[in-house]
Parts: sequence; C-alpha cells; structure tokens
Amino acid sequence: MRINITGVFVDDQQKALRFYTEVLGFEKKVEIPFGEDVWWLTVVSPSEPDGTELLLEPSTHPAVGPFRAALVEDGIPAASFAVDDAQAEYERLVAKGVRFVQAPAEMGPVVVAVLDDTCGNLIQICEQRATE
Amino acid sequence: MDAYRAIADPTRRAILDELVDRGGQSLFELCSRLTLKHGITSTRQAISQHLEVLEEAGLVRWKREGRSKLHWFVGKPLKAIAKRWRIGEQA
Repeated sequence: MRINITGVFVDDQQKALRFYTEVLGFEKKVEIPFGEDVWWLTVVSPSEPDGTELLLEPSTHPAVGPFRAALVEDGIPAASFAVDDAQAEYERLVAKGVRFVQAPAEMGPVVVAVLDDTCGNLIQICEQRATE
Repeated sequence: MDAYRAIADPTRRAILDELVDRGGQSLFELCSRLTLKHGITSTRQAISQHLEVLEEAGLVRWKREGRSKLHWFVGKPLKAIAKRWRIGEQA
C-alpha cells in the first residue's frame, strides 16, 4: 500500500488552486470537472512531480465547517509540508503577503511555522534538522 | 485557584516558560513545544485544562486573532507575591 493522495478541504477550489500554485509554489497535476463549480483537483510539488498529490477538496459537507473551526481555534494545521529552510520560506511567503499564525520556532529536531492558506486551513511547514 | 497553587505544578511552570519565550501561542504550538522541548507528552486536553487553571490564577490571558485563540503570559500575580515579601527591596 502507498499513500498517493491526501487532501485538504478548501472554501473555493479555484482560489485554492491559485494559492497553492502561485503562492506556495506547487504545480497543478489533475483537474477534472465534477459538476457545476466542482473539480477533482490535485497539486504536486515541482521537485516530486510523481510524488504524493494534494487534493483540494470542496468544503461543502456540513460537518467540515465546525470541524475546521475547532481545529483553527486551537491552531492545529490541516497538513504539513517539508521545507529545506523554514526561515527562508517564511520570509519568501511573508513577502508575498501570507499571514503566519506561528513564526518559525525551533522545537528539538525541527523548525516549524504555521500559515493561513486563505481557504479555511492552517498549514504547517517543517524543516527537519540533521541529528548528530 | 490562586497563583501559588497554579505554579506548584511543573507542567504549568513549563507552559509559562514557553509563553515567556514567545507570547501569542495557540494550543497546538504550546503542545508542540512541551513535547519537543520538555518531553511533556500530556494530552492536548490536559494542557488545555492546565491553561484554564493558569487563566483562573491570572497568569495567562488569551485573545482571538483571526479565527485562532492565542495565549500570553501575565506576570502581575507574581509581582504581587514578590511585593508581599519585599523582594527586590532588600540586598
């Protein structure tokens, strides 16, 4: 078994596509219309085009609202992405107008930061430091 | 609960240490720090209850920022303790 797709619920799929590609830097992999204003929509990392796809899933199910509100209230990210340099990514994204709820902080073997994806989710970026 | 009892617990002291290190933390950030920096593996719910005790003692306050709830350390109750025994006035 392999993990080929994981997903986040987004308020507006096309807005999310713009944020995840133009701002975060992912690339669109699949876009299949699924009815009116609904798509099967995935993005991948340009450094791993055949890697795990991230599904940008519509947040229309009534359970999504309260579920996500509770997570965001406690600052819990919906997904976590690996970066080589958390501080550099933070500065790059802040310059693009991204709002961080948690600036990069060193916590043991990792440096993590949490940003708002403007589509209803918090996203963590995580730099794994080499351990001696 | 008063400040004396609130700071009697080592986990609650670690929470204050981390909030002094950086003010304005979500429950998630606080739990991450406690686990990764202090090896405290209490549940999120347990940490949430510790925060409530600290709030009740006036040592922590929270504010909503956007849709998230962020926490800060408040030193005032400890100042009152220092003042009571005139710490800082004597050599």
